[in-house]
Amino acid sequence: MSAAQTYRSTAARSRARAAVPGRTPASPPWRAAKGVLLLICCLLVIVPFLSIVATSLADNEQVTEAGGFVLWPERPSFAAYSAVLAGGVVTRALAVSVGVTVAGTALALLSSITLAYGLSRPGTFGHRPVLMILLFSLLFTPGVIPSYLLIKQLGLINSYWSLILPTMVNAFNVIVLRAFFMGLPRELLDAARIDGANALQILRRIVVPLSRAAIAVVGLFYAVSFWNAFFNAMLYMNESESWPMQLVLRTYVVNNAAIGAGEVSVAGAALPPSYALQAAILVLSIVPIVVVYPFLQRHLRKGVMIGAVKG
Amino acid sequence: MFVTSPECTGSPVPPLPSASHHAIREREPAHRPEGHAMSLLTRQKPRRRSGASAVDPPRGGARRDRALFWFTVPGLAVVLLFHYVPLLGHVIAFQDYQPFIGIWHSPWVGFANFSVLFNGEEKLVIALVNTLQLLLIQVVFVFPAPILLALALNSLLGERLKRVVQNVLYLPHFLSWVVVVAIFQQMLSDGGLVNVFLRAQELGTFNIIGNPELFKALLTSQVIWKDTGWGTILFLAALSRVDTNLYEAAAADGAGRWRQTWHVTLPALRGLVILLLILRLGDALSVGFEQIILQQQSGVGIQAGEVLDTYVYNNGLVAGQWGESAAIGLVKGIVGVALVLGANRVAHLFGEEGIYRR
Repeated sequence: MSAAQTYRSTAARSRARAAVPGRTPASPPWRAAKGVLLLICCLLVIVPFLSIVATSLADNEQVTEAGGFVLWPERPSFAAYSAVLAGGVVTRALAVSVGVTVAGTALALLSSITLAYGLSRPGTFGHRPVLMILLFSLLFTPGVIPSYLLIKQLGLINSYWSLILPTMVNAFNVIVLRAFFMGLPRELLDAARIDGANALQILRRIVVPLSRAAIAVVGLFYAVSFWNAFFNAMLYMNESESWPMQLVLRTYVVNNAAIGAGEVSVAGAALPPSYALQAAILVLSIVPIVVVYPFLQRHLRKGVMIGAVKG
Repeated sequence: MFVTSPECTGSPVPPLPSASHHAIREREPAHRPEGHAMSLLTRQKPRRRSGASAVDPPRGGARRDRALFWFTVPGLAVVLLFHYVPLLGHVIAFQDYQPFIGIWHSPWVGFANFSVLFNGEEKLVIALVNTLQLLLIQVVFVFPAPILLALALNSLLGERLKRVVQNVLYLPHFLSWVVVVAIFQQMLSDGGLVNVFLRAQELGTFNIIGNPELFKALLTSQVIWKDTGWGTILFLAALSRVDTNLYEAAAADGAGRWRQTWHVTLPALRGLVILLLILRLGDALSVGFEQIILQQQSGVGIQAGEVLDTYVYNNGLVAGQWGESAAIGLVKGIVGVALVLGANRVAHLFGEEGIYRR
């Protein structure tokens, strides 16, 4: 082993021992206690997910035998999924949720990017008042009753717009984008302007392509918030045909409304156990989050730090 | 360049090319007391630049500036319409609002709606007491949890393992309250994993779902489960900025591990803790509206589960007491803003930074 390798491996080992360099390492029992604590924390997150997925795949016999939830499906079957996905309330709700999330995220990104870009040069016309208006909106939430009255006045009750418009601009996300735009090299923008590009061309050709990472994070945040939105739908959507997934989840899982043949369609066979059906609905409303989570994770630290440092 | 001594004037430092016209003008007075030659040189350049530069023309830029303003219009319109216009809707707090005749025609009643705040209506008192109890519980149990977790994460693990643990613990933050409540019910209800296990071991069952006495414990454990991991982000960032020389210096002075934590690590977190506490105060009277409204109907009842936000919702939108509920919502909002500003003032008095620098 060469000297450099030795050096590297000892350095790595000492880093593994004391995560904070220069700090006195903790005593072994104390370290073990902390390790166990962290392990328990992780299990508290992982085990519920595991159990829900397992139960959604379990068959009638096993669920009856266990009297409820299981930790591992002995004879995995997709009966619960094919039941809830074969048309009916859940299928429709999935379509509504996907539609609202996609359209909402697109509109939210469009309005947030333009707003952040418009605010990205201090000293321009209207910069200060607009920024103040945006920042003050963080200080208070607009109250349930006045918001409801406004939506009603606008005639948006039972309209999908009521799920998109009110949450379309999130001041925090705009500030993150603005901080990123302000960090772009001025020389590039100036050069483009000298070449005769107007503000819109600069936004499309330079600012947006250079800010893809930040825009991706903000877009994911918006997508997650649209997917998760529940209360607006509960207030504004009175007809169960236009419910999004979260509202269906509340009705059939949280409030335990009976899932009968009217809600799901079963091809001939007996209905899967209700525990499995509930677990399947739950899994379906978690899956999109888990799918985008790795992408979110990759940019998370960066995005949050931008907001924290320059907000 | 601003403190150049007179003998250096032979080789003047050119003004920073990237410094904007604005910034240079602000700094200009600093040159005045200096040597004549120096001030001439530095003063000339910015002046000339401000006149005719193609890069950053302050006058000719006016039209372009306005062009940038137009970009803010769609987003600004949404913010104004959905954040500020509802503020106007608070006028119904002063009306005997009737939905079928609308805001414009409902009769004005002055402060009559606000009397509900003082005549000790039982449900409102219950809601207020529950809110304050939950607030206390959250500040005592929920607030420190991410700090402890961040300390454990920070000092124990190597980078890669730390990343994995973080990824697992951040995930619940991205789930909706409906999902979190559903998961808790599925795990802890009578047929849930915990009770299935306990029954199999013949240990009896554990009833927390739908049990009014344990409702606050349930709410608290849900908040901790959902947001503790995410809460560590800011603390870990602050911890990573601690100057490691301080630990070495403390160790050299004979400080053990605990003294290092107490005198180096914790002071590094103080500003952040104060900032977050102030921000929490602004939400002091909001203790998990979505979370509670979701679980009220499953039978814990008003006594255990009503808080101010749910009272406003149940009494206003559900029971139709619009004016009264809007009055309570309005007072709650004002108290929240006042608490933030007041706490910020107190933080400044103690020499802390608070939300913004003075």
